[in-house]
Amino acid sequence: MQQPKTHRQFRYRRSPDQDATTTAHHPVVVIGAGPIGQSLAIDLAQRGIAVVLLDDSDRIGDGSRAICFSKRTLEIFDRLGVAAPMLGKGVEWRKGRVFHRDRELYSFDLLPEPGHKMPAFINLQQYYAEEYLIERATTLEHIDIRWRNRVTNVTQTDGVAELTIDTPDGPYLITADWVVACDGARSPTRGMLGLAFEGEQFEDQFLIADVKMTAAFPTERWFWFEPPFHNGQSALLHKQPDDVWRIDLQLSADADSEYERRPEVVRPRIARMLGHDDFELEWISIYRFQCRRLKSFVHGRVIFAGDSAHQVSPFGARGANSGIQDAENLAWKLALVTRGDAPASLLGTYDTERSEAADENILNSTRATDFIAPHSPAEMSLRNAALALAGRSDFAKRFVNPGRLSLPTSYADSPLSTPDVDTWGGGPRPGAPLPDAPLRAANGESIFLTDALGSSFTLIAINAEAPEGLADDVAVLPVGRDQVFTDADGLVERRFDGGDGAFYLVRPDSHIAARWRTFDPAQFNAALARAKGGSR
Amino acid sequence: MTRPDEPALRMQSTLRDPDAVYRSLVEAHRGLSADQSAALNAALVLILANQTGDDDAVRAAIDLARATLETAADGGG
Repeated sequence: MQQPKTHRQFRYRRSPDQDATTTAHHPVVVIGAGPIGQSLAIDLAQRGIAVVLLDDSDRIGDGSRAICFSKRTLEIFDRLGVAAPMLGKGVEWRKGRVFHRDRELYSFDLLPEPGHKMPAFINLQQYYAEEYLIERATTLEHIDIRWRNRVTNVTQTDGVAELTIDTPDGPYLITADWVVACDGARSPTRGMLGLAFEGEQFEDQFLIADVKMTAAFPTERWFWFEPPFHNGQSALLHKQPDDVWRIDLQLSADADSEYERRPEVVRPRIARMLGHDDFELEWISIYRFQCRRLKSFVHGRVIFAGDSAHQVSPFGARGANSGIQDAENLAWKLALVTRGDAPASLLGTYDTERSEAADENILNSTRATDFIAPHSPAEMSLRNAALALAGRSDFAKRFVNPGRLSLPTSYADSPLSTPDVDTWGGGPRPGAPLPDAPLRAANGESIFLTDALGSSFTLIAINAEAPEGLADDVAVLPVGRDQVFTDADGLVERRFDGGDGAFYLVRPDSHIAARWRTFDPAQFNAALARAKGGSR
Repeated sequence: MTRPDEPALRMQSTLRDPDAVYRSLVEAHRGLSADQSAALNAALVLILANQTGDDDAVRAAIDLARATLETAADGGG
């Protein structure tokens, strides 16, 4: 088998901090230059915050890993300036099919309506996503990437965090106002702080194989229960760029992983599935998975994001996607706090909001895993009954759970949201993510709502007169009849319940902070202050 | 009660959150022996049968459930 070569190689460079006579201090240090750390660093840098990004390695490699990037993540990537290469290389998909043995039970469509800039999903090897993020990061002067810088100790005293960093030239120290640990499921930072990472461990083992071949399968997510070509309980087939196909095969709990990962053992398994032997093995991995999380994602001046904070099973594409959404939730808050424009307590809302998301992801992931890998004969009977009934009834199809795919979390009880006072027949509630819709600009150009939003707080005025004289850091976006942007297909009106006029206060991470039928400056100012974490 | 023109069984999902209901059933079996699980299932059947309030629906449900066993036998168990 060919293990993938190193996808990209970077060079260690000595930092001036290593020769400084006094310990260098930085506002924000991010540990881990994976997709989460890179996304956070880019977002902060775009907001004018200097970031030191440390990584213990000096390359991108290690197989395809996360491959499914969701619509919401692509909207974030778009704001970070990396959506174009991701979409250019990635494989778009939105449909899934679920099979029981040799029979299709049902199919689903994750984005059955038009009028969105981004597709439901793209599949893209994680190493490409990291490459595009790093290319973007290196164009930003506020980002200082330091390869082969391994953090070996973190302490917090006198209102700063101090990091001990090991390098090829030996160790050095830096201090930081804020440290964000994006160092993955086995987070060394979490270990250094002695934090418990608790949850449910699943016994069944899964074989992941990336296979290179030319095949006519459609670009859809295909999932089999009790596949006819494999004696395990489930199988998954998914297309990636470069004619690479992701195959997941469920093995038993007691399978010998050393034996199962051997190419001469994997090849016949894949050949039985495909019905031919005309493929190359690109990458093989065997894993058990866990659903667990830190009790709190914020520990003094050290904040956890992505897999270091929470871990889920892969069924549902909730790992990398939720991590990138963590980064987006944190970036604007950290920027406001670092500039002194918001109280440090605003970072506590990162914990509450992203905890809600982590719990939702763990809940969905655990439910899917219960269905895919039953724990006992009784659970297996229940699962098999649901599958048997699903061939004969629609209601049972709803019980069949091959993974519910990642959607952004609506923050139901966010302290940053102002509860509705008006009557609404639809539209995103406070805390919900902003839906996209097509717009037509004054010059006739067709764009999307997500294009028209910047990185600041925005007041969208729909079919209503836009107010003037708002705070400097609030953008105003008038949409609708006789406005700068017209509602090209009537979808803004429909998706925001804006027929009778509506005002939506949108946060920098495109979640709704508040909404009104009519504009009142006092209500607006109170909602804006609340969305920034209250008074300092 | 079903009306004469209505089929005895509703084949569309009627639950607000089927994944959550499924998870509740799974959790109900956690830590039980095989005999206890079978007893739990039997009790659930009687409770839910009564809950339907519809003798015809219960008989139609029995027919549907038996039909899935035949499917399983066809498929090799």
